[in-house]
Amino acid sequence: MAKQTLEQKLAILSDAAKYDASCASSGSTKRHSRDGKGLGSNEGSGICHAYAPDGRCISLLKILMTNFCIYDCSYCINRVSSNVPRARFSVDEAVRLTIEFYRRNYIEGLFLSSGVIRSPDATMSDMVQIARKLRHEENFRGYIHLKTIPDASPELIEEAGRLADRLSINVELPTDAAVKQYAPEKKPEQIRRAMANVRITKDASKDKSFSGKRPPRFAPAGQSTQMIIGADASNDATILGQSTRLYSSYKLKRVYYSAFSPIPDSSAKLPLIRPPLQREHRLYQADWLLRFYDFQLDEITSVTRDGNLDLEIDPKLAWALAHRAVFPLDVNRASREMLLRVPGFGVKTVNRILTTRRHRSLRYEDLSRMGASMKKARAFITAGGWTPGGLTDSTDLRARFAPPPEQLTLF
Amino acid sequence: MHRVSLPAIGTAKAWREAARAFLAAGVPPEQILWGDHAAAPDLFGEDSLPRAGGPVSVPRSFISMAETAVWHSDPERFARLYAFLWRLKDAPHLMADRGDPDLAKLRQMEKNVRRCQHKMKAFVRFREIGTAEDARRSFAAWFEPSHQTVEPTADFFVRRFSDMDWRILTPDVSAIFERGKLSFQEGHSKPDLPEDAGEQLWITYFQNIFNPARLKVKAMQSEMPKKYWKNMPEAAFIPQMIADAPTRARAMAEAAPTLPPARMAQVQAQLAACDSAWDGPAEELPKAIRACTRCPLHCHATQAVPGEGPASADLMVVGEQPGDMEDLSGRPFVGPAGQMFDNIAASAGLDREAAFVTNAVKHFKFAPRGKRRIHQRPERSEIEHCRWWLDAEIAQVRPRLILAMGATAAQSLTGDGANILSRRGKIETGPDGLPVLVTLHPSYLLRLPDPAAREKATADFKHDLVTAAKLIAEAKQSPGARPG
Repeated sequence: MAKQTLEQKLAILSDAAKYDASCASSGSTKRHSRDGKGLGSNEGSGICHAYAPDGRCISLLKILMTNFCIYDCSYCINRVSSNVPRARFSVDEAVRLTIEFYRRNYIEGLFLSSGVIRSPDATMSDMVQIARKLRHEENFRGYIHLKTIPDASPELIEEAGRLADRLSINVELPTDAAVKQYAPEKKPEQIRRAMANVRITKDASKDKSFSGKRPPRFAPAGQSTQMIIGADASNDATILGQSTRLYSSYKLKRVYYSAFSPIPDSSAKLPLIRPPLQREHRLYQADWLLRFYDFQLDEITSVTRDGNLDLEIDPKLAWALAHRAVFPLDVNRASREMLLRVPGFGVKTVNRILTTRRHRSLRYEDLSRMGASMKKARAFITAGGWTPGGLTDSTDLRARFAPPPEQLTLF
Repeated sequence: MHRVSLPAIGTAKAWREAARAFLAAGVPPEQILWGDHAAAPDLFGEDSLPRAGGPVSVPRSFISMAETAVWHSDPERFARLYAFLWRLKDAPHLMADRGDPDLAKLRQMEKNVRRCQHKMKAFVRFREIGTAEDARRSFAAWFEPSHQTVEPTADFFVRRFSDMDWRILTPDVSAIFERGKLSFQEGHSKPDLPEDAGEQLWITYFQNIFNPARLKVKAMQSEMPKKYWKNMPEAAFIPQMIADAPTRARAMAEAAPTLPPARMAQVQAQLAACDSAWDGPAEELPKAIRACTRCPLHCHATQAVPGEGPASADLMVVGEQPGDMEDLSGRPFVGPAGQMFDNIAASAGLDREAAFVTNAVKHFKFAPRGKRRIHQRPERSEIEHCRWWLDAEIAQVRPRLILAMGATAAQSLTGDGANILSRRGKIETGPDGLPVLVTLHPSYLLRLPDPAAREKATADFKHDLVTAAKLIAEAKQSPGARPG
């Protein structure tokens, strides 16, 4: 085989990396290189430098170090039984690409993942070497996200955490049974143990020693994980149950849901489907309600009988339609907790309502100026000059929001 | 009538100074004509600022809003800001009234500018213009922002790219950073920037990171509007990528499964060899416990926590189940209840290090509550399943005495978990006829709200530990009494 050029390698290894949904570059420590001695900055909030036509943002250079892999996970393009072309970046190549892209303002940093080659430790230590060279030789102060290999040694994970802003380990599928079926070499208990270790090390890095000295920072942007949606038969209640457990056990910053997407050279064990994009979207909405709107898991998943989210309307609206007895709410009197439950009101809108109503009572027109989506909210609130009348309890309320019914076709 | 025309560079500072002077002199908004550098000289009024009056005070939140909104391209921005400032003079609380139409409009302008700044940070694309001999590398970009965002955004690029020279040229104001110094210049026409080798790699990356099976063109355009495309090298390829996507997705779906490559068998044989490399009977038990899937608890806990201690300990201490800390660290008795046990054991003269400590149930059972995990009592069936491991540990350690702490341990060891308070301090018969001393669980002490009751329970617990220490000492006096 002829030697691959850098461009050919980049094509293969970015193609192999695109099934990882995460591209966040936010939430890390603020740093800059005003001193002229390094390259890059981190402002706390992330920046998306481009968007691909699949609607996903491109914030980081997302590549695999290599797509050779000894595992045989049915859903994965890089599994050992797949015939996709293989490539491998040298340490210098990965570093050079990152730096040159960064200088042209294409990216916020590097997201490095890898297939498992030789052994987990060997793979992890090569990845750490790339991060080390970026930080110590190139004085790179941008963002680094490292995917950790679950059974790599704790010392390597610790060094990875000191170099990177974020670490992540994918739980891959919502249940242990599904992991066993589709990723036979991966061990769910080992993945959880790895996440627990990251949490412990991160917690320990916050404790000052008796002399007041801080231990070195460890993965300041925290850890995240990803679950593939729609490859196995788990319902949304199971998926969200798994993610609430992950959030509470390992203090994850994010659980990413990735609709199972067709891959080139797919496995016979896992037939391809159209990626359930709408379901993925609803899961993210539910995830937000759980984390920022004080909803409990069973409130969201008990709305439908089969434990799946309503695909036609968002989960907050679905909850409100099933609990019309608590509506309409008076925006001039209702508590913060209840205002957060109004469809069409976000956290920012609710904060604005609370500050403004300290000075005067709110009218309907005020609410749309405050950023509320009144098309949704109007049926569930009363305000100065507005009462929904029979709208709240009308039988066709759901039909106003759901997409129009479609004629079935015979063919 | 007063007339003010503000410069294109340093607009924010100039507006602020003018507004302060007008406000101090009490000039109402309708008597001022605001214009920027692009506005034609007006027929009326004169360019003059009133002589400053007294000091004026303005809410800080207004200043931060004004310093952003002033960069908006709307010619009315200066007048709108001043008119609202005039209203604020008598009603400072207006800043908190998000429903006020004037404020809502200004906040909207502020938001537009912030978004424009954000897009500038994201979509500026540098090309290298220097040569290999230069001491510092240098880059240039051509950019067309919707608002006057170059000046307020330039510092971002300084913070990020201080070790190189760069210039961002735009039709209005251009930022130039050379040898560590930032300067602004007015107006440039589109320069002819040289080809850049990095750009081809970037386009390759952009094309390959795209997943043709999930086309969401609207989502892309709402975040990356078409007006920016002309200055982004990768955007030229978007129409073709969209056009090819359905065909590529169909090809993936229709492709027949292929035979795995030849090297697969070899790779998997190596993997299997790695898996069975472990050996050694003393370590067999903890490893087997860690791999346990006998009951559903293993699905949610991090790991099973096997017991720890000398392999031939005289005393075995059995708790309920791992807690939050034990579950994370994989070691028994390291959480708050374990520390409590250690302290009381030390004061009771019980040698903690010489005891084998373990739990009746090896996995943590909990319910997630927000960011915390709430302990849940294991069910009888879970205790039964885990008995198997506890029996194995007892058979290996063969202790002289077992201390059963709490209802779950008592349930597991004696088959009865009720009435612990009345049973504590007494010796009962456990598996293989071993003596089992029943006592309270230390977490019970931690949970008691009433200080008096807690003191009493702690004293009882300590008393039981003293009893245990005494029994061990006596048993050691009569050699050969070791059971099993």
